[in-house]
Amino acid sequence: MSAVIEEHHDDHHDHKPTGIGRWLFSTNHKDIGTMYLWFSFTMLFVGGALALVIRAELFEPGLQFVEPEFFNQLTTLHGLIMVFGVIMPAFVGLANWMVPMMIGAPDMALPRMNNWSFWLLPGAFGLLISSLIMSLMGMGSAPNFGWTFYAPLSTTYGPDSTDFFIFSVHMMGISSIMGAINIIATIINMRAPGMTYMKMPIFVWTWFITAYLLIAVMPVLAGVVTMMLTDRNFGTSFFSAAGGGDPVLFQHVFWFFGHPEVYIMILPSFGIISQIVPTFSRKKIFGYSSMVYATSSIAFLSFIVWAHHMFTTGMPVQAELFFMYATMLIAVPTGVKVFNWVSTMWKGSLTFETPMLFAIAFIFLFTIGGFTGLMLSIVPADFQYHDTYFVVAHFHYVLVTGALYGIFAAVYFWIPKWTGNMYDEGLGKLHFWVSTISVNVLFFPMHFVGLAGMPRRIPDYNMQFAEFNAIASVGAFVFGFAQLILLYNVIKTIRGKNTVKATDQVWEGAEGLEWTLPSPAPFHSFTTPPTVK
Amino acid sequence: MTANPNTQQDAVNSRNVGNKKVTRNLLFAVVGMFGFGFALVPLYDVFCDITGLNGKTGEQYVSDVPVQIDTSREIKVEFLANVNDGMPWEFKPLTYSVKVHPGEASRIEYVARNKTDRDIVGQAIPSVSPGQAASYFQKTECFCFTEQVLKAGEEKIMPVVFMIDPSIDEDVHEVTLSYTFFIKPGSEDAVVNTDKKTSVALSTPLTQH
Repeated sequence: MSAVIEEHHDDHHDHKPTGIGRWLFSTNHKDIGTMYLWFSFTMLFVGGALALVIRAELFEPGLQFVEPEFFNQLTTLHGLIMVFGVIMPAFVGLANWMVPMMIGAPDMALPRMNNWSFWLLPGAFGLLISSLIMSLMGMGSAPNFGWTFYAPLSTTYGPDSTDFFIFSVHMMGISSIMGAINIIATIINMRAPGMTYMKMPIFVWTWFITAYLLIAVMPVLAGVVTMMLTDRNFGTSFFSAAGGGDPVLFQHVFWFFGHPEVYIMILPSFGIISQIVPTFSRKKIFGYSSMVYATSSIAFLSFIVWAHHMFTTGMPVQAELFFMYATMLIAVPTGVKVFNWVSTMWKGSLTFETPMLFAIAFIFLFTIGGFTGLMLSIVPADFQYHDTYFVVAHFHYVLVTGALYGIFAAVYFWIPKWTGNMYDEGLGKLHFWVSTISVNVLFFPMHFVGLAGMPRRIPDYNMQFAEFNAIASVGAFVFGFAQLILLYNVIKTIRGKNTVKATDQVWEGAEGLEWTLPSPAPFHSFTTPPTVK
Repeated sequence: MTANPNTQQDAVNSRNVGNKKVTRNLLFAVVGMFGFGFALVPLYDVFCDITGLNGKTGEQYVSDVPVQIDTSREIKVEFLANVNDGMPWEFKPLTYSVKVHPGEASRIEYVARNKTDRDIVGQAIPSVSPGQAASYFQKTECFCFTEQVLKAGEEKIMPVVFMIDPSIDEDVHEVTLSYTFFIKPGSEDAVVNTDKKTSVALSTPLTQH
C-alpha cells in the first residue's frame, strides 16, 4: 500500500494555492477542516469569555458587575456559541480532516459545497454576536431567552434582535445540513476498494450516524425558528395561546430537535475515544460491531425521549412513564460503549500520552455526567432538579468533559499528522492536569447547590450558596486560562521550532489509513485509492 | 496514477453519479423533515384532542342518553378570564367558582365589554386544567363556539352550560376553566378603516369612551 502512496507524491500534486484565495475559495478538505477548527477555537474563547463574566458575577451573592437583563443575554449567547459555534464546527472540522484520510478518499465528495458550508458560519455568528455588540453599545437587548429560546419569551417578549438570532440559526442550520450531506456522500461513495462498512474506523461510523441525525433534526430546528419568525412578524399564532396556538408546542418541537442535537454533540467524541483508546492500549478495540450497534441504538432512541426535558409542563402520567423508561434505556447502549473502552484497556500495554489522558478523563467524567442524566430521567426526582444548577452541572459534565474533552484528545492525537511536528508533551500534560482539576472544581460544586435548590440563569442567589459558587468561579477562571496553554501548544506545533518531527505512523500503536500517509499529510492524498485488505 | 486512465475516469464518473444521487435523496429528506416540523403542529392538536393534553376541550356536547348524576362526589369548578395583548375588552366571570356533582348540568355567565368606539370581533379560547379533566369537561352551550361581535361600547352577558362527565378520574377534585379572548385577526380592518396592526386597538385612547 505504501508503494502506491509514494508513487503519486510528486510536486505537481502538492501544489497549493497561495494567498487569501487559498482559504476563501478552498475546496480542499484539509484546508476547510483547518478553517473549521480555527473558527471553533476562536468561538471557544468568545463563549468562554462570556462564561467568565457570568462566573465573575456569581462569585458572590448580590449584583456586582452586570445587570440582570445583561446577565440573561450572557447566558443565552454563551450557550448558543458553545453549542453551535464550538462543539459542532469542531466536529465538522475533524470530520473534514480525518474522514477522507481514514477511508482512503482523495477529498470530500462535494468540495464546493464544503466551502460554502464553512463560509456560512462566520456570517451566522457575525450576525449573532453583532446583537451582543449592539447591546453593549446601548442599542437594545441581545437575545435574552436562554439557548433554548422558549416561546413566548422569544416570540411575544423577545427583543428586536431575536430576528438576528433567527436568521443566524437558519444560516448555521443550512451549514450543518450541507456538512452532513457531504459527509454521508463521502462515506457512501468515496471509500477505498475493500473498505466495507464494517471495516470503517469507529470515528467514521459515529460521524456517519451523526450526519443522519443532523439531516433529520436540523430542518426541524429551521422549522421552529421559522414559526417564531412568522409569529413575531407576520401575525401567525403557532405558539401564542391567545391566537389558538400553544407555547408548550414550542417545547415539543424544539426538543424533538434538541434531544438528537445533544447526541450530535457527543457521538463524534465517542468515535474519537474509540480511535485513541485502542492506539494507546496497543490492542484492537474490544467489541467493534457492538460499538456500531450501540451508536445506532443511541441515535434511534434519541428521537423518542425528547419530552424528558419537559416533565414539569404537565403531561399525562403515562407519557411521563414512557419518556422516563425510554430515557433510562439509553443507559444500556451507552454502558456498552463505556465497558468496551474499559475492556479495550484491560491487559493492554498502556501508555499515557496527552490524547490518552484526555480519553481516560473523558470515560470517567462523561460517565459521571451520564449518571446525573439518569438521575434527571426519574420523573419525581426531576421535579426537584428541574431548572436548577444540578442540570447545569449535568450538561457541563457531558459537554465539557465529554464533547470538548473528546475534541482536545482528537487535536493532540492528530495534530502530528496535520503539521508533521510532535506537540510539546510537557505542555500537553500541563494543559490536561490543570484543566481536569479545575473543571471539576468548576462544575462539581454545582451539583450540590443545584440539589439545594439554586435556580439556573439567575444573576443573584441566596447566601447559603455563597461558598460553593465562589469555589466554582475560581475553578472557572483557572479552566478558562488553562486553554491558553492549548493555544500556545498548537501554535508552537504548527511553527515547528524546537519540536520533534513526527513519523508517518506517529503513535506506536496507531492503525488505519491516515497513519500510512506522510506527516504532515500532503495537500492531496489518496488520489489513487489504496486497497484495503 | 499510471494504472489505467480509463478505469480511473470510470471510477470518478460513477462516483459523481453516486454523489448526485445521495445528495438528491438527502435533500428530499431535509425538505421532508422541514415539513415534518410543521406537520407536528396539526399532529399535536390531534394528540391533544385525544388525550386532553394542555386542557384543550372538545366541540359542543350533544347526548341522547340522559347522564346519571353522581351525587356521591362534588367537584369545585373555578372560572378564569383573560384577554390577549391588543384586545381592548373587559372580560370577567360573574361567578368565580361553583361546586357541581359529576353529570349535573350547570350554567354560569361571563361578561365582556368593548371599551373602544369601534366594533370588534373576538374569539374566546377555552382551556381546562388539569389536562386529564379536559376531555371530561363537556360544554352544551358556550360563547366560545362562535365568534362574538361587540359594537362600540357594548356590554354582553355570555352564558356557559357545562357538565362534567361522571366517568372522570376519582382523583380530580378541582377543575379550572379559563378563557382567553383575542381579536379575530383582520377583523378590526373589516370593521374600522384603519391600520393593519392588531396593536392599533391598544393605541386608541380609552378615555374617548
